[in-house]
Amino acid sequence: MNPVNYLYLAALLFTIGASGVLIRRNAIVVFMCVELMLNACNLTLVAFSRMHGNLDGQIIAFFTMVVAAAEVVIGLAIIVSLFRSRHSASVDDASLMKL
Amino acid sequence: MENLIALLVAAPLLGAAVLLCGGRRLDRAGHWIGTVLAAASFVVGAVLFTDMLGKGAEDRTLRQHLYSWIPVEGFQADVAFQLDQLSMTFVLLITGVGTLIHIYSIGYMEHDERRRRFFGYLNLFLAAMLILVIADNYLLLYVGWEGVGLASYLLIGFWQHKPSAATAAKKAFLVNRVGDIGLSIAIMLMFTTFGTFAFGPVFEATGDTSEGKLTAIGLMLLLAACGKSAQVPLQSWLGDAMEGPTPVSALIHAATMVTAGVYLIVRSGAVFNGAPDAQLVVVVVGAVTLLFGAIVGCAKDDIKKALAGSTMSQIGYMILAAGLGPIGYVFAIMHLVTHGFFKAGLFLGAGSVMHGMNDEVDMRRYGGLRKFMPVTFVTFGLGYLAIIGFPGLSGFFSKDMIIEAAFAKGGTEGWILGSVTLLGAAITAFYMTRVMLMTFFGEKRWQPDAEGHEPHPHESPKSMTIPMIVLAFGSVFAGGFFSLGDRFLHWLEPVTGHDHGHAPVSAATVTAATMVVLVIGVAIAWAMYGRRPVPAVAPRGSLLTRAARRDLLQDDFNHVVLVRGGEHLTRSLVYVDHTLVDGVVNGTAASMGGLSGRLRKLQNGYARSYAVSMFGGAAVLIAATLLMRAV
Amino acid sequence: MSFPLLTATAALPAIGAIATAAVPAARRTAAKWLALAVSLATLVLAGIVFARFEPGGDRYQLTESHAWIKDFGVRYELGVDGIGVALLALTALLIPFVILAGWHDADVLETNSSRWRPTQGFFALILMVEAMVILSFVATDVFLFYILFEAMLIPMYFLIGGFGDRAHSGSDENAAAQRSYAAVKFLLYNLAGGLIMLAAVIGLYVVAGSFSLSEIAEARANGSLDMATSTERWLFLGFFFAFAVKAPLWPLHTWLPNAMGEATTPVAVLITAVVDKVGTFAMLRFCLQLFPEASKWATPVILVLALISIVYGALLAVGQRDIKRLIAYASISHFGFIVLGIFAMTSQGQSGATLYMVNHGLSTAALMLVAGFLITRRGSRLIADYGGVQKVAPVLAGTFLVGGLATLSLPGLAPFVSEFLVLVGAFSAYPVVGIIATVGIVLAALYVLVLYQRTMTGPVREGIGGMPDLKVRELAVALPLIALLIFLGVFPQPLTEVVNPAVQHTMHDVQKKDPQPEVEAAK
Repeated sequence: MNPVNYLYLAALLFTIGASGVLIRRNAIVVFMCVELMLNACNLTLVAFSRMHGNLDGQIIAFFTMVVAAAEVVIGLAIIVSLFRSRHSASVDDASLMKL
Repeated sequence: MENLIALLVAAPLLGAAVLLCGGRRLDRAGHWIGTVLAAASFVVGAVLFTDMLGKGAEDRTLRQHLYSWIPVEGFQADVAFQLDQLSMTFVLLITGVGTLIHIYSIGYMEHDERRRRFFGYLNLFLAAMLILVIADNYLLLYVGWEGVGLASYLLIGFWQHKPSAATAAKKAFLVNRVGDIGLSIAIMLMFTTFGTFAFGPVFEATGDTSEGKLTAIGLMLLLAACGKSAQVPLQSWLGDAMEGPTPVSALIHAATMVTAGVYLIVRSGAVFNGAPDAQLVVVVVGAVTLLFGAIVGCAKDDIKKALAGSTMSQIGYMILAAGLGPIGYVFAIMHLVTHGFFKAGLFLGAGSVMHGMNDEVDMRRYGGLRKFMPVTFVTFGLGYLAIIGFPGLSGFFSKDMIIEAAFAKGGTEGWILGSVTLLGAAITAFYMTRVMLMTFFGEKRWQPDAEGHEPHPHESPKSMTIPMIVLAFGSVFAGGFFSLGDRFLHWLEPVTGHDHGHAPVSAATVTAATMVVLVIGVAIAWAMYGRRPVPAVAPRGSLLTRAARRDLLQDDFNHVVLVRGGEHLTRSLVYVDHTLVDGVVNGTAASMGGLSGRLRKLQNGYARSYAVSMFGGAAVLIAATLLMRAV
Repeated sequence: MSFPLLTATAALPAIGAIATAAVPAARRTAAKWLALAVSLATLVLAGIVFARFEPGGDRYQLTESHAWIKDFGVRYELGVDGIGVALLALTALLIPFVILAGWHDADVLETNSSRWRPTQGFFALILMVEAMVILSFVATDVFLFYILFEAMLIPMYFLIGGFGDRAHSGSDENAAAQRSYAAVKFLLYNLAGGLIMLAAVIGLYVVAGSFSLSEIAEARANGSLDMATSTERWLFLGFFFAFAVKAPLWPLHTWLPNAMGEATTPVAVLITAVVDKVGTFAMLRFCLQLFPEASKWATPVILVLALISIVYGALLAVGQRDIKRLIAYASISHFGFIVLGIFAMTSQGQSGATLYMVNHGLSTAALMLVAGFLITRRGSRLIADYGGVQKVAPVLAGTFLVGGLATLSLPGLAPFVSEFLVLVGAFSAYPVVGIIATVGIVLAALYVLVLYQRTMTGPVREGIGGMPDLKVRELAVALPLIALLIFLGVFPQPLTEVVNPAVQHTMHDVQKKDPQPEVEAAK
């Protein structure tokens, strides 16, 4: 199969993720969309790695996964504590960080 | 002998320092310290004079170099003195009249609690004036020039609690500063032209430069002289300067300081000789002031202001004579010296009158004082005869010489100048007779002063009358003494040079004409003020009289154009500085604030709007990268 | 390796500042005496520097040089030339007077709290400024100079904003607002100038590869460092802008009246007599030496700005109602003269400008500090609130008059020498400029005499009646300054001797010769 198709898929996934981040209000959903974008990137990296025949992209993908896992831990923790204090998971409710 | 020159200055300078810094404990002895040091300076001057007389005419000049004042690359200013016949004449006049006036002031200022300081200022004046006349370069002369200006400022404003005195002092200083611009620029011109401003080298080099340069220097020197000597158009300060104590008016504003302009022009003779155009302007200024001062003097009822007008006019004579070139230099100085005697005497007399009349200055409130103040009357009268040029007295000789010199200028110019000086002589006779009649003759017109004290005119104490008597002697005999065998001419000629000119009329004719105009002037005054009683309130008078009372409207012009105009200018500049220059800065600050206020709105706290800007930014970056690659 | 005299002269006040700041709250009088003692000791060191400086010797003397930031070639390089030594002496001389005059300035801020130490802070800041100014006069490394040039803003900012003048016509809140406005304005103006200078400093490094003044100047002189004309001009402008703000030159002057008006008088003296001199000093040392061609290129514009400063500053001084602002505008006029003298590029002009810096420091200090004594007595800065002081406090009036006469450059007092030299220098190179500048002397007489007349003469006004005359402490400030003004006016040789060779070096840098007198030129 043509590896370029993977790139198209990755672009599609990234777009879905990005629009999810922009459109949805629920923090969990936004969070999952971010994960979707990350994974779209991973897919791109792997696809390019395959296309160019070197392993750099795949290694970076592993790093991304590790970072993503760490991010999930911290992010979920923040969302949970936010939910506890405000009884809401909407990102628009947490708008105090402004000048 | 040379080493004594510095002593001339040092004595009064020491006096000024001691008296001004000494504090109250010197209050009781202060006036004696001041007088003794002034007299010491006179003695030093006399010693130097006798020494000078013992030498031949050519090697009479003494020099003393003290130290290098401002040594800067290409610029050499020294503190160095030069005492030649011209300086010597001034030294004797200044210290002599100065000492007399110190003695007079002991009595005159007796009741003033700040007498010590008065004597300190007088000594300061003497020191500065002596520096002025014995400096050997223009920059040091400038020091004396401004120094006398400072002393004059302090003394005119001596009674500082009177706002009018403070204003008059400030005015005198400011008008003099305008003149000082002239002296500064003249010195700078000399520096760029000759590379030096010491008398000797400059006068030697005048032949090597263009007439245009010399004319420029001459005109600038004239501007300086106009300021210091109260010549038109910078004359306006002298009348107001009469706010000062009368001894000050006698010493500074009659006998010495105001004649510094004449000294400057005569001293710079070498420059003026090479610049006929500048000389012409000098003559015109002298002639105009001569008439201006005389006309003003006719209209004033304040005795000191009338005398101030007369001073202006007499200095006009001197300036005119100085402008005639070598024909007139000697006579300018001779008139200066005799004028120093009789005008100082007249002022001291006026002071004596005021002293006896509760400081009243309005002549319409005098009258008939000759019986009450015999000594003052006689000395004042002799001064009066001298100034109008009564035959045989000082003024007769010196003024006559100037009138002759004016005719000797030759051509139409000579005729015009001669007529102006004759006319001036007539007016002089008129206004001085007027002063004499209104003060000492006629009926009593005394009135109680503001506090209701009736004046009790009385003769002044000895300390005041003795200087007056001495000056009266000078007024009577100095002119004759100087003229006998042309003594004064031979004395000064080595320094100033002399030229007889070509008189179109004989000396005898001129003298006769002078006598005629003198009689006419006196007769008119007698007709107006002697024959009929003087009204105690000034009549309205003709248009000219009213203008003359207001100094021929020159002051009003100054007020409207300079004072008002200046006020408007500074006020609008303050506004401009605040709104425009500062406004630009404040405006920048305000617009920065506004911009940041607007930008702040972007930070609305919504995570998703931040996300939009992130995506937008990323999209722009990618687009830019692609675009760059495409190009 | 000889004793690092210059470092010691600068370090002493810095250490003194720290020591003063560390004095416990309860012993504030001790802090005052300590500060005074330190400033006097610094004066002694400065005197030794002045005495050891040989006018005929090398251009930079008492040099020190140590590596500092090796990667960028920044060195800790000190050295003093004739101009630097004169200003160093002036600074060290004025600080004791500033401290004495400001003896009670911080007292109003004192509370009984044991942690609040305004007095200590006030005097420590003054000493800190002294240390930085002294170091900036002797720094021969461009980067080192830049750091000091900027760093001295910090203590100055606190001195202006933290210790304002209590004699304020408005309410306390209004006064505080005015004060912080003045302090911020001072800081922003000078920071803006400094920022542009920083860009120029970096640019210079990129072009020249060194920060060392002597290295760059030497390389420029022997032609091994060739700058493009436009580069040189841009760098020159960057430096000049910063110095023109500091100097201050029209139209960058508006911070000065605010700062001098709101600060206490000793701090105002510190600003105009000491800190601002760094600006004009740096024009001589950096602009002319590093960028001679660009300096000549910019001369016409700068001369015009200087002329505007002279006339405009004087006219605005005439129009002021506030004594301190009047003196501030007078200073702007005088700074115009200094810049005029520097850029006339004649020996007389530059010697005059250097003397002018010293003399202006002395005359402004005399006038301003006595004005400060007057203001403290009456509690008002408005000229209209005074009148007849001469009658009740003759010594105060007398010293004020002498300060005023020095400000209007009366012959016999020090400023005359410098002003005349500047005028002659300007006139011989540009006659018209010289003539216009001469008008400044009339205007100076006007604002000084009007100020004197309105405050000191006339009938005694309400509120002036019981005014005490100068006290011992105040006399100790006024009299030495007056004595110096007279001494340097009559005998300026000690200064001209050290300044002349330095000026000849600068003239050589810009490759200018004095115009020949016409008569000699013709021969």
